[in-house]
Amino acid sequence: MDLPGWAPESIDVTRPSAARVYDYILGGAHNFAVDRQLGDELIRTSPDVAETMRANRVFLRRAVRFLAAQGIRQFLDIGSGVPTVGNVHEIAQQVAPESTVVYVDVDPVAVAHSEAILEGNDRAGVVCADMREPGRITEQARSLGLIDFTAPVAVLLAGVVHFVADSDDPAGLVAKLRDPLVKDSYLLVSHTTFDGQPPEVVAAQKLATRTATPIYPRPQAEIRSYFGDTTLVDPGLVFIPLWRPDPGEVVEHPERISAYAGVGRKN
Amino acid sequence: MESGYVPMGPVELEALLRDLADDVLKVVDVPADPEPARAAGAALVQAHLTGPATLRATLTTLGAHLPPGPPSTMAQATLAAGYATALREVTLVEQERLARAIIGAQERTERAARQSEARFRAIFAGAAVGIGISDDHGRIIQVNQALADMLGYRPEEMHGLTVPDMVHPSDPPEMWEMYARMARGEVDHVRMEKAYFRKEGGVVWTDLTVSLIRDEAGTPQFNVAMMEDITDRHNLQDRLRHQALHDPLTGLPNRTLFADRVAGIVRRAGRSDNIGVCYLDLDRFKRVNDTLGHDVGDQLLVVVAERLGDCARERGHLAARMGGDEFIILVERCAGAEQLAELAEATLAAVAAPISVGPHRLRVSASIGVVERPAFGVELADILKAADVTLYQAKSEGRGRWARYDPDAAARQVARYELSAAMPDALDRGEFSLVYQPIVDLPGRTLRGLEALVRWHHPRLGTLTPDRFIDLAEETGLIVPLGRQVLREACQQAADWRRHFPERDLFVSVNVAAAQTHEPSLVADVHDVLAQTGLKAAHLQLELTESALMADSGAPLAALRELADAGVRVAIDDFGTGYSNLAYLRSLPVHALKLPQPLIDGLREPTSPPDVDERIVDALVRLAHAIELTVTAEGVETSAQAERLTLLGCDSAQGWYIGPPRPAPELTEILGG
Repeated sequence: MDLPGWAPESIDVTRPSAARVYDYILGGAHNFAVDRQLGDELIRTSPDVAETMRANRVFLRRAVRFLAAQGIRQFLDIGSGVPTVGNVHEIAQQVAPESTVVYVDVDPVAVAHSEAILEGNDRAGVVCADMREPGRITEQARSLGLIDFTAPVAVLLAGVVHFVADSDDPAGLVAKLRDPLVKDSYLLVSHTTFDGQPPEVVAAQKLATRTATPIYPRPQAEIRSYFGDTTLVDPGLVFIPLWRPDPGEVVEHPERISAYAGVGRKN
Repeated sequence: MESGYVPMGPVELEALLRDLADDVLKVVDVPADPEPARAAGAALVQAHLTGPATLRATLTTLGAHLPPGPPSTMAQATLAAGYATALREVTLVEQERLARAIIGAQERTERAARQSEARFRAIFAGAAVGIGISDDHGRIIQVNQALADMLGYRPEEMHGLTVPDMVHPSDPPEMWEMYARMARGEVDHVRMEKAYFRKEGGVVWTDLTVSLIRDEAGTPQFNVAMMEDITDRHNLQDRLRHQALHDPLTGLPNRTLFADRVAGIVRRAGRSDNIGVCYLDLDRFKRVNDTLGHDVGDQLLVVVAERLGDCARERGHLAARMGGDEFIILVERCAGAEQLAELAEATLAAVAAPISVGPHRLRVSASIGVVERPAFGVELADILKAADVTLYQAKSEGRGRWARYDPDAAARQVARYELSAAMPDALDRGEFSLVYQPIVDLPGRTLRGLEALVRWHHPRLGTLTPDRFIDLAEETGLIVPLGRQVLREACQQAADWRRHFPERDLFVSVNVAAAQTHEPSLVADVHDVLAQTGLKAAHLQLELTESALMADSGAPLAALRELADAGVRVAIDDFGTGYSNLAYLRSLPVHALKLPQPLIDGLREPTSPPDVDERIVDALVRLAHAIELTVTAEGVETSAQAERLTLLGCDSAQGWYIGPPRPAPELTEILGG
């Protein structure tokens, strides 16, 4: 049963939204001055952030293609943001048109946006929910009729877990999403890190997290733990550009992309 | 940001760029048709190559490779224009999409808000708890039906009232202090029990929770009050509290409330404040219970309590029932001895008025101990002890009166107390024994009988005569077992003597206290004793005082009549010292009168002229003989008195002159000798 919640907060476009900042940094126009201002600030304090975000997006495309090739036909994309070109459903349905995708985001504007884009596509849906309510996410995804958790599912956590503070127990939240998955399901995680960063960048980034939407970069071992008992597919948990690059893609300083990516298969 | 996000791999990208470069070259070749160049510019945008660097790199590359001349320039310009147009279109489309998304999200949010509001409106309207909202000026701006119902208003009638309008006299001062603190934003929640007046009168007690609602800046904006009607529970608590502090029979405050009140007075007392009490006890209340039953006794107490309550209330004092037939009136700021005297007199008068209980019309009296003490630092126990002692002083001075606390009298009273308290054990330990005083006939002076007199061999005070302890025994009720023991021992002794000295034909005379005649078992006790000792009824005389015989109720008289019918002699002791009803005397089951020592003391030599006492004795002897009673003179101490009594026709005599009281063994010796 869907219990009635409290009246939702009203939409406030005078405050930056993570999804729109992300869109701006990726070159989109789905954003406002306040989002662009924060985006510019992020780029200033952390010059590689745009590259990281683009790399994350490119990684997602590669990974979805990989997962589709493994036979995955159900995708749960949590923290999907403002839909830009090359969305998961486009990539997945290119490989296998019967693939279903559920997008999840906490930002009601991003959700409305996604709904507009998905209009007419009855194999993709959107849920407005917080990463910190995994039970609600799986429940709503199920009730949309798009995800059958008795069959393999790919849960995509691309660039979202680092918005969860330690006090909210990110490992526990990921486990709640991962544990119910059946054999041959996949868990995808990409997550920012301070590993391999010069100290001044770390300092600047720590400073930035105090003013903007907080991001919590974490060390590799901690991110590795999110995969639990799944088996990481090659090449394991690596800096994003190093995860199965397309032929012809050359990355000179992979560590400057200050984020890890990995895909684990449920045994 | 150097370039946009490119949703394709490097191989695809290279193929795309190669195709677009071919399109541009077509325009250089056929300048009349610039469309392919425009389309190439647009395609770059569609491929998401939207970063400013893309256009620069494109134009730089083309400039380096195209042949110089107007066609090349035109092709590049057309590509740039196509690129710009497409970028503008994409931007506008994205912005519009974003705007629509926001509107959609807002609509959804508003719809959810409306639904949420509808839900909460339903909760507000339908809640069983009363809910009211007031603004930062204390004005009530909204109430739900439950609250309106609770207070007896229609909801709209309450709008415009203010929170301070809801004041109730029972509100503790700190409640409004708390409300002020909440208005200042110092407290966010308050919970309390509060009473409200209903619109049409009456009071509702509520369990009230008030919460502060702040605006975004944290400034107090509204108060939300939620209340539950707990009137029933509250009334029950009140009732329990009342029950705990009041006497269920009379409704007067009880000992606990009295003690609380005294404690409060003592706490507040200044150095010059005095506290006063009238401690009251009904006289011989036990007899009412014993003869008329406890129901009548209880109803009597109710009436007395009512009168005492009135007496106290009229003067602004507190009356309490301390237990049994004991009451107390507390005077908080005692103005002095006169005030207490007036109160005591009024109280006695109130109690003395006749009381009708069912068919009975009763008159009771009370005794009062009056105590006044400085209130500062006084102990309740001390007041009560002093009051109790003083009450007993009033009792021993004759009842139906009040006494003021007097340290000397109190000391004596305490001594009496101690004696009284020691008596039950003394009875058990056999400290009571009998002596016998001879009664002789006149003029022959032959020994006719022996009056049994009780003595208490007190281990510390020595031998005590009845005048020291019979009163106490009557007060405590110990007179009944003591009297029974005396009767048994005297009859046993008399039977022995009659067996040993049959020729003497002795009778024994035993005193019976008033309290004993009220014992329903008196007749049976006497019969038992006679049967067990073998003494004949005719050889037992019971001595009673007039007041015992003339008691209000007929029960003692019936018992005596029954005994007299069985052959027991009945004598009136100390005749003439009470209020003798001479007309009634005839009808009493009485055989003899005993004249007390004071009358006999007045008899002089036979030769001297008769004085008043002698005339009285003469008259009494004639009267007795007229109604066929015999007369015994007590306290005969001289031969002259004996002679005088003989001349007056008195039938028998006893006293020191005739023979002092002696223990049984001594008398046995005398009788044998």
